[in-house]
Amino acid sequence: MRVVIVGAGEVGSSIAASLCADHEVVVVDRDSDRVESLTYSLDVLPVEGDGASLETLTEASVGDADMVIACTDNDETNIVACGTVKTISEAFTIARVRNTKYLDTWNNAEGALGVDLMVGTNLLTARSISRVIGLPAAHDVDTFADGLVRMAEFTIHDDSPVAGTTVAAADRFDSLTFAAIIRDDDVVIPRGDTCLLDGDRVVVIGSPESVGDFATTMRGDIGSIDDVLIVGGSDIGRQTADVLSEEGIGTRLIEPAPEHARVLAEALPDTTVLNADPTDQEFLEREHIAEVDVVVAALGNDEQNLLAGLLAKRMGADRAIAVVEEGSYIDLFEAVGIDVAVNPRKAIAEEITRFTRERHAENVAMLESDRAEVLEIEVDEASVLTGRPIAESIGDLPDGVVIGAITRDGAFVQPRGDTVIERGDHIVVFADTDVLDDAMTDL
Amino acid sequence: MSRSVTPTLRVDWRASVSLVGTVVKYLAVPLSIPLAVALYYAEPVAPFVGTIALVLAAGFGLERLDPDPDLGAREGFLMVAMTWLAVGLFGTAPYLIAGNGTVASPVNALFESMSGFTTTGATVMNNIDTSYHSHAIMLWRQLSQWLGGMGIVVLAVAILPELSVGGAQLMDAEAPGPGIEKLTPRIRSTARVLWLAYFGFTVLEFLLLVAVGPHVLDWAPNMTLYNAVAHPLTTLPTGGFSPEARSIEAFSAAAQWVIIPFMAVAGTNFALFWKALRGDWRVFGRDSEFRTYAGAMAVLTAILTGLLFSGLGLAETPTIAPIVDQVEDSVRHAVFQTLAIVTTTGYASMDFNTWSAPAKYVLLFGMFIGGSAGSTGGGIKIVRWLVIFKSIKRELFSTVHPEAVEPVRLAGRSLDESAVRGIHAFTLLYLSIFFVGTVLLFCTAWLGGYELAMLDGISAAASAVGNVGPGFGDVGPMNGYVQFPATSKLLLIFLMWVGRLEILPVFVLLTTAYWRS
Repeated sequence: MRVVIVGAGEVGSSIAASLCADHEVVVVDRDSDRVESLTYSLDVLPVEGDGASLETLTEASVGDADMVIACTDNDETNIVACGTVKTISEAFTIARVRNTKYLDTWNNAEGALGVDLMVGTNLLTARSISRVIGLPAAHDVDTFADGLVRMAEFTIHDDSPVAGTTVAAADRFDSLTFAAIIRDDDVVIPRGDTCLLDGDRVVVIGSPESVGDFATTMRGDIGSIDDVLIVGGSDIGRQTADVLSEEGIGTRLIEPAPEHARVLAEALPDTTVLNADPTDQEFLEREHIAEVDVVVAALGNDEQNLLAGLLAKRMGADRAIAVVEEGSYIDLFEAVGIDVAVNPRKAIAEEITRFTRERHAENVAMLESDRAEVLEIEVDEASVLTGRPIAESIGDLPDGVVIGAITRDGAFVQPRGDTVIERGDHIVVFADTDVLDDAMTDL
Repeated sequence: MSRSVTPTLRVDWRASVSLVGTVVKYLAVPLSIPLAVALYYAEPVAPFVGTIALVLAAGFGLERLDPDPDLGAREGFLMVAMTWLAVGLFGTAPYLIAGNGTVASPVNALFESMSGFTTTGATVMNNIDTSYHSHAIMLWRQLSQWLGGMGIVVLAVAILPELSVGGAQLMDAEAPGPGIEKLTPRIRSTARVLWLAYFGFTVLEFLLLVAVGPHVLDWAPNMTLYNAVAHPLTTLPTGGFSPEARSIEAFSAAAQWVIIPFMAVAGTNFALFWKALRGDWRVFGRDSEFRTYAGAMAVLTAILTGLLFSGLGLAETPTIAPIVDQVEDSVRHAVFQTLAIVTTTGYASMDFNTWSAPAKYVLLFGMFIGGSAGSTGGGIKIVRWLVIFKSIKRELFSTVHPEAVEPVRLAGRSLDESAVRGIHAFTLLYLSIFFVGTVLLFCTAWLGGYELAMLDGISAAASAVGNVGPGFGDVGPMNGYVQFPATSKLLLIFLMWVGRLEILPVFVLLTTAYWRS
């Protein structure tokens, strides 16, 4: 497949990195340095120029492209680029947008503006924040198979009840698979006798209930989440409030600018909007921040988010989630005390990658900066799994692949050695990125 | 002809007066209806022939002041305020020419005429009877209210949206989808749509009253064809005049039950019916003003039913069929009287002067609720109370969270702070006018040598400014206002006029800024 990526920023580079091994990738960017540095690190064809101009797009020969991904930081550029592509090409166009109003327009009439798929950064980020909120102690949560299957990643601490035990001992849950352990940047495929150590990150796949039960074990029962404080009325903050109130979770939102606070208050009927300085400790005390279940820092920039998140934690908030635009800060944030750092670019790169999988992957989640992926696949005749028990077929799959869950006719099926996989089943598999391509061919 | 306006005067009053002339001129059309009735009953035609000649002459005369009037917002207020006065004045002519009974004196005639065109329903007419006054005069009295109601519809569509306190922009915020002034893109066609609803309900009530009347089912022997025409004309505009001296008490339970839903309709935002007719029946459930209206009616009805059924609500035994321990009777009188007072219609299914103090005060409270915005009802109106209660709730919330930013919402849409402020101002002004009006009423009555009882005077002022009609005691539903001295009557006329025009279009005329800047 020939893919043209417009915009070589973090999102563009990340998508290019995951595609360049199997596809012919052209990257267009105005910044010559960025394009150049990308050609050194990845095997892609660089084109320098404005992605919204016909000339540049012709130079990138979008006429022959199968897919064009417009993912610059500018919404209008992305939309115009897609619209321009449509005038000279049949390629499938994907646009990344921040502004929800464009997303609303597009949802209202799919295919509008020459965009075949519009991906809203802020909405996606808000959704992933909401998923993390719903599962205390988890870092990363994703759902598969229309919500029947859930994947979550947890860190094992010294005081975790499962620390030091074997996987066999920790796995007391019916519909849960320990898919992988990430230990010191390596992916370890757990066996019954593998010990869970302090600092490990475990990836579990299972039914939403069992993943929730596991989260409770990890964390202790803290009751249901019903009090979320969002600091900052950025678009992500606003979308998060919206998504959470749809789930019936009560939220308060702090916005320092009075006029913007009024706009937010009008747009968010179920959220209490507070117009105050989010670093005013006296005010935070008055709002009983110590009793808040989760604080989400969604101010304008990373530094403020870090400060707001740490302040909230220091003042007694249970958990702090911070939005971090700069991907390389994620680890730093989590190291100094932010429980979960959510990166909008990661969310968008995952969503776009989902659409670029040549095979029939229905859904993809990237783990640990794409060290591993969790995929949902519909099993067809050609798969090595079809019609065989897992114990038998697993031998034909590369190491580093784990079948985490199966859904059949809309019901969850726990994969065991003797489970026979049928054609049409949806499987959720964990795969180390190194073996991903081999695995995709077999599955 | 010179169109120059004196340099300091910024209002083109000639344009306003010219348009008032147009309205006056067109009064000739409805006046021909009582004329036809007079011919049919072989009654004197002079009151109507004379009045038609008068309005045509005066109308054409006033129109000549400005043959091509150009109406701005300021001219609009002036025109509205003057129209009700002018129509009220010309409406006195039939009473004066007929020269019969109490309404033959100028002040009484003006009171009766203004009470008609403001759809109040307070009367100074003695001997309310078609055999004493003619059928034609009594029909003109009914018709004046129906015409007043039509005027209110135009007022709601064309004039009030210009004022931040009007309530029409509230309907805009309130109504899911287009607001009242946007049912159709043009004001003219919106008014036509609402008139159609108004006219349609009038005809429907007429047909149902005929059905229960002596010619068809004979459940209400007294509901003659004449009465079946006369009552819809004062139900839909929430007027309350009746050619029967005993108001609706004169009719059987069946006729009262027919009138009840139409009073409820008259107090509802007409735009809702328009939307419902276009297939969106759920609009009633979505509209928070309508829900509040229905809820308020239900609560007041339940309280009154309890009071009447137990007998606690009755101070003396009424002369009609017993009510205590009678389910149907107590429910009927409770719901009838609640609707008649809250929608500011002012009919009476029985003499509520016979009620005890608690029951009377429930009704007095009802006078301050009023109908819905976009209806023909008067009073403060449900939507304003709704906004006031919501903003009070917000104030309470913000004592706990001083930093909270919380817009006042109606049906999910947030209201502009200036609209909320305007509503507070309107309500305060309304109540101030009521208080000052009450004091002045007692003063003028006392100076005129009329000893006015406390509740009677308070209810008279509340009833006039809210365009309800009857009050309690001397001004009860089976009595009238004829005993007041002329000064008191003029004061009440002023209150009816101000109340009907939602106060602001009149008060804005009293500011220098309106005339000069």
